[in-house]
Amino acid sequence: MTTQKPKLAMYWAASCGGCEVSLANIHEAILEVDAHFDFMFCPCLLDTKKKDIEALPDGDIFLTLFNGALRTEENLEMATLLRRKSRLFVAFGSCAATGGIPALANHHGIADVLETAFCSVPSIDNPERLIPGTTCQVPDGELELPAFLTRVLALHEAVPVDYTMPGCPPESEQIIAVVRHVASGAPLPPSGAQIGCTDRAVCDECPREKRTTLASRLIRPFEALPEPGWCLVEQGFLCVGSSTRGGCVALCPTANMPCTGCYGSLDQSADPGATALATLVAAVDPGSAVGVDETALLAGLKDALSGVADPLGTFYRYSLSETVVADRAKEVE
Amino acid sequence: MSCQTLPTEQTAETSSANVTPGPLRIVAFLCNWCSYAGADKAGSNQLPVPSELSVIRVMCSGRIEPPLILEAFQKGADGVMVLACHPGDCHYKEGNIRAFCRAELLQNLVPQLGIDPKRFRFDYVSAAEAEKFSRITNEFVDKMRSIRL
Repeated sequence: MTTQKPKLAMYWAASCGGCEVSLANIHEAILEVDAHFDFMFCPCLLDTKKKDIEALPDGDIFLTLFNGALRTEENLEMATLLRRKSRLFVAFGSCAATGGIPALANHHGIADVLETAFCSVPSIDNPERLIPGTTCQVPDGELELPAFLTRVLALHEAVPVDYTMPGCPPESEQIIAVVRHVASGAPLPPSGAQIGCTDRAVCDECPREKRTTLASRLIRPFEALPEPGWCLVEQGFLCVGSSTRGGCVALCPTANMPCTGCYGSLDQSADPGATALATLVAAVDPGSAVGVDETALLAGLKDALSGVADPLGTFYRYSLSETVVADRAKEVE
Repeated sequence: MSCQTLPTEQTAETSSANVTPGPLRIVAFLCNWCSYAGADKAGSNQLPVPSELSVIRVMCSGRIEPPLILEAFQKGADGVMVLACHPGDCHYKEGNIRAFCRAELLQNLVPQLGIDPKRFRFDYVSAAEAEKFSRITNEFVDKMRSIRL
């Protein structure tokens, strides 16, 4: 059935499906989506195929929500195809926006990733150490798999992106707000804008009380029970809400879970992880250095900071593909 | 079913591959009150200071934000030094302690990002320590040269 409604597409590349779940979580508002849009492509929910997209004229899809990072050549091919067929191309979710969890694989080489996934994880039984290759001979002929890209890319690194909608996943309320805005015909934000989020930190929405004290040391979530209602950072928890964009109504800190930074860095101009590091370290009490033995003071500070057991995992959890040194040849593993 | 061996990773072009390396580039952030004064004194005492050092004078080591250090690496620095006042000597009371805290975490982060941790050094140089400035800068540059070769 043909329809005059603008076309809406959603695609997943290297992603977990959580973005689709978040879309499904808009519940009955999905009827509103259907009223305004012809929701015509979404491999998770609909049966449209790639060839149907290829058959469309360029720019025929009004809005594409592209989630997932680019891990394989197939991801890249679909990103290029959907970009060409779409008028508004949105990097949807942390993975498409800044690499997300899949980009943490950039910490290791491809060989290491394959070795872990197919040989060494405890749940794997692979005595012959078979690892999928790009081509494979079977009795019926040759099978092909798309190759890995050298590193996991955020969407904007491969194709032009009109808007970025962060979140892991983007909150359902934000999704429906964006859909309503687009459907209303109201003026769209300038190209390149971050949508479905705020320009303020998660702290701005966080209900926890700030007592303007400094943390004596940084602690990991298992080390202590947070005191209800008191800022997690001031208690020493590794909450990166102060350097993270809001829009999630501080769901995690409200539920006693330190913010892990899924809405992305507030400061788009600087390295995301290094910014988060600087912000969190500023919450630690430096103490007084006057009249104190230098060695003892520094040993105390080292201990106070030992709660950051994994700086990369803490500060770049969703943004490793965005680090300024991403393209630098690795010297150490 | 036959399966392939591991695909060989694309090897990134390294500077050592048949290319004459350019001069070393070392970025040294010096605090105005102690380390820069120490560097100045090293100059007036005619102590050797490596020519590869690009000195950036800042008001306080606490001003060096971690993104600046990573950007120095991104733009091709072979090594980055942050030199501060000794604890207790900071003109702004605690700037150097904050710098220490950042450096402590950066020291762990830098290798995770694939950069040799030897390329980043945080140390203390007071206004009187011209000899120390000369020694540690020469040591650092020598080390960078040995890593590269």
